Amino acid sequence: MTAPALPATTTLRARLSASGGARSDLATQEYFVNMGPQHPSTHGVLRLVLRMDGETVREVVPVPGYIHRGIEKMAEHGSWRQFVHLVDRMDYLSALANNWAVTRAIEGAAQIETNARIETIRTLVCELQRVQSHLLWWGVFGMDLGAFTPFFYGFRDRELFTDILERTIGGRLTMNYIQPGGVMYDLDADFQRDVHAAVAALRPRLHEFETLLSDNVIVQKRLRGVGVLPAERAVALGATGPVLRGSGVPLDLRHSAPYGRYGDVVFDVPVGTRGDCWDRYQVRIDEMRQSLLIIDQLVDDIPAGKTFLVKPAAKIKVPAGLYAAEVETARGILGVVVVSNGKDVPYRIHCRTPNFNNLWTVTATAPGSRIADLVAILSSLDLVIPDIDR
Amino acid sequence: MPSLPTLADRAATAAHADGLGPALGWTALAVVAVLAFMTVVGLLLIWVERKVAARFQCRLGPTRVGRFGLLQTVADALKLLLKEDIVPTGADRVLHLIAPLLSFLAMLLMLVALPLAPGLHVVDVDIGVVYLSACSGLGVIGILVGGWSSHNKWSLLGAMRAGAQVISYEVSAALALLVAVVFSGSLRLSEIVQSQADGWWIWRAPGCGVVGFLLLLVAGTAEINRTPFDLAEGESELTAGFHTEYSGLRFAFFFLSEFLNLFVLAALATTLYLGGWMPLHLPGLAGFNAAMDFVPPLAWFGVKAAAVVFVLMWFRWTFPRLRVDQLMRLEWQILLPIGFVNLFLAAGVVVGGFYPGAG
Repeated sequence: MTAPALPATTTLRARLSASGGARSDLATQEYFVNMGPQHPSTHGVLRLVLRMDGETVREVVPVPGYIHRGIEKMAEHGSWRQFVHLVDRMDYLSALANNWAVTRAIEGAAQIETNARIETIRTLVCELQRVQSHLLWWGVFGMDLGAFTPFFYGFRDRELFTDILERTIGGRLTMNYIQPGGVMYDLDADFQRDVHAAVAALRPRLHEFETLLSDNVIVQKRLRGVGVLPAERAVALGATGPVLRGSGVPLDLRHSAPYGRYGDVVFDVPVGTRGDCWDRYQVRIDEMRQSLLIIDQLVDDIPAGKTFLVKPAAKIKVPAGLYAAEVETARGILGVVVVSNGKDVPYRIHCRTPNFNNLWTVTATAPGSRIADLVAILSSLDLVIPDIDR
Repeated sequence: MPSLPTLADRAATAAHADGLGPALGWTALAVVAVLAFMTVVGLLLIWVERKVAARFQCRLGPTRVGRFGLLQTVADALKLLLKEDIVPTGADRVLHLIAPLLSFLAMLLMLVALPLAPGLHVVDVDIGVVYLSACSGLGVIGILVGGWSSHNKWSLLGAMRAGAQVISYEVSAALALLVAVVFSGSLRLSEIVQSQADGWWIWRAPGCGVVGFLLLLVAGTAEINRTPFDLAEGESELTAGFHTEYSGLRFAFFFLSEFLNLFVLAALATTLYLGGWMPLHLPGLAGFNAAMDFVPPLAWFGVKAAAVVFVLMWFRWTFPRLRVDQLMRLEWQILLPIGFVNLFLAAGVVVGGFYPGAG
């Protein structure tokens, strides 16, 4: 009996030896290096296997899975309502938007009504968290480029928004606030005053951020023309959010398929032109301004009404079938697909998370760039690793 | 002002006149003085850096250990002493061990040649500028050896970056040093200081002084691997670059030499362009000049060096890091031509005597 022939696999190592290594008269050799799962710039337990030629990155292979917790599987073991708090732990910087995605899916499936007050509160807190998320990204982005100070500025101003959310919601990171049928708590008594103060404080500081980082010649040199992601590649790879808009595709669900109160407010969708790191950077900075505009328009226009329309203890019954909903988180489109067999426990839930697709754009943009560029590219994708692995 | 004998001079004189005992005494005094000075300046600089960084970042910095957190660095040093000293598997043990010492030694060799005040000068080398330039190149060997022996690709990348960077920027730094040498007509640091009694080279050398000073700051920052040229460390890219695999006291040696290199650079810029320990004299203001003379030379030196140190810290907490190819382009396409042109201009100015006090 002969052993069956092993299938021909194209491993990285095989490709390395096939490529020969030497690319100039100097005898150089390509090599591998593991970036992560413990590396300061992967911001979590992301692992990238790099095929390198000196300082130049030839190939990037992302290896996710180091923080896979089986969130979708866990959904099958709890009630419909119990799934909502789990998605806080996917993209933990957009916990509210994640809550909302699940809530919209369940509300659509179980025909649960909401009112204008609930929708306004949801829109407002989501925009507050979008600003909060982008502020954190801005700080970390500076740090990834080697400037430590923006990190503190970003976190300092993020605190304004975290505090507002904390006073209403109680949580600062994992919110568990938006629920099928309403929101967990009514707004804090000082909510409107706090929001006005925070918005007024942030506007001049956004200008300050631009003078500190955006106008710096080193930043411009490090970002312009680096990590160019053409629009068609971005679409093909399924990129969404600022990554896609940076490449010039104006897809923003808040604009193209408005939910909540987004249909009632006026705002722009910032887009880039070249799809390089600079465009992605600028899109996020502009998005903060647009979010402040949305907040401005809504904060004095919160209708009266109840904040929870179903009894919290009530079991949600979802008729058998397949349902889906999607929202625009700070990082892109989060889609939730729900399969129900009519019971009070989900049969299957799948989340289409923005970071998973956004991560893969790095395989298209990084080859040929320096390792320092790779760090800038990764940072411009604004990845949250638990959202990739789920 | 007659120059006072340095500590090394005293030891040499004692060896001739009084025999071995007093000579050894002076030598021991010099060694103790240098080590004490180094420790105090090192600890102080680290504390200052943390305070300055904190102020730039809307923080307070260390406040708990000692008054104003002054003992924080001491506490950190003690902590590092107690840390396990790890040599990674597969590392070259011997080289891994001596690498931080090489960096430290290079820094120490530079430190002893700096004129702090009249007489407060361990060795006054007659080719002082060349000596300092040579010693600063020695420091990178420690970094290269450390990165090479660590058996870690990130360390190796950091070390290779440091090698390329220091060798390149050495050229510009040397060109910047030479401008002051051309004007003062001496390589001996004490004579360069003396030559600035009537005015510091930064403004007495028309144009060339400012350019040379700025060039020295930029190239020097690159040579001591500080932001925006901290590519050898590049913590967001290379985890910690060449010292990724260093822990405990050996990391402390790298860290301390890094900070003292900052002082050496500031002291060098002060000596060559800001008049060293010379007081500030303005022409035509006799009373003002006499008042300035009452400030002790060491204080003058300290204030000037501290100002330069502050500017370098300002760089660090404001700028992001350059990329490798941009770093090389900056040196070979921008700084180097500027340096050469500046040096030729300086030579022309000196030959023509087109500067105040020429003669």
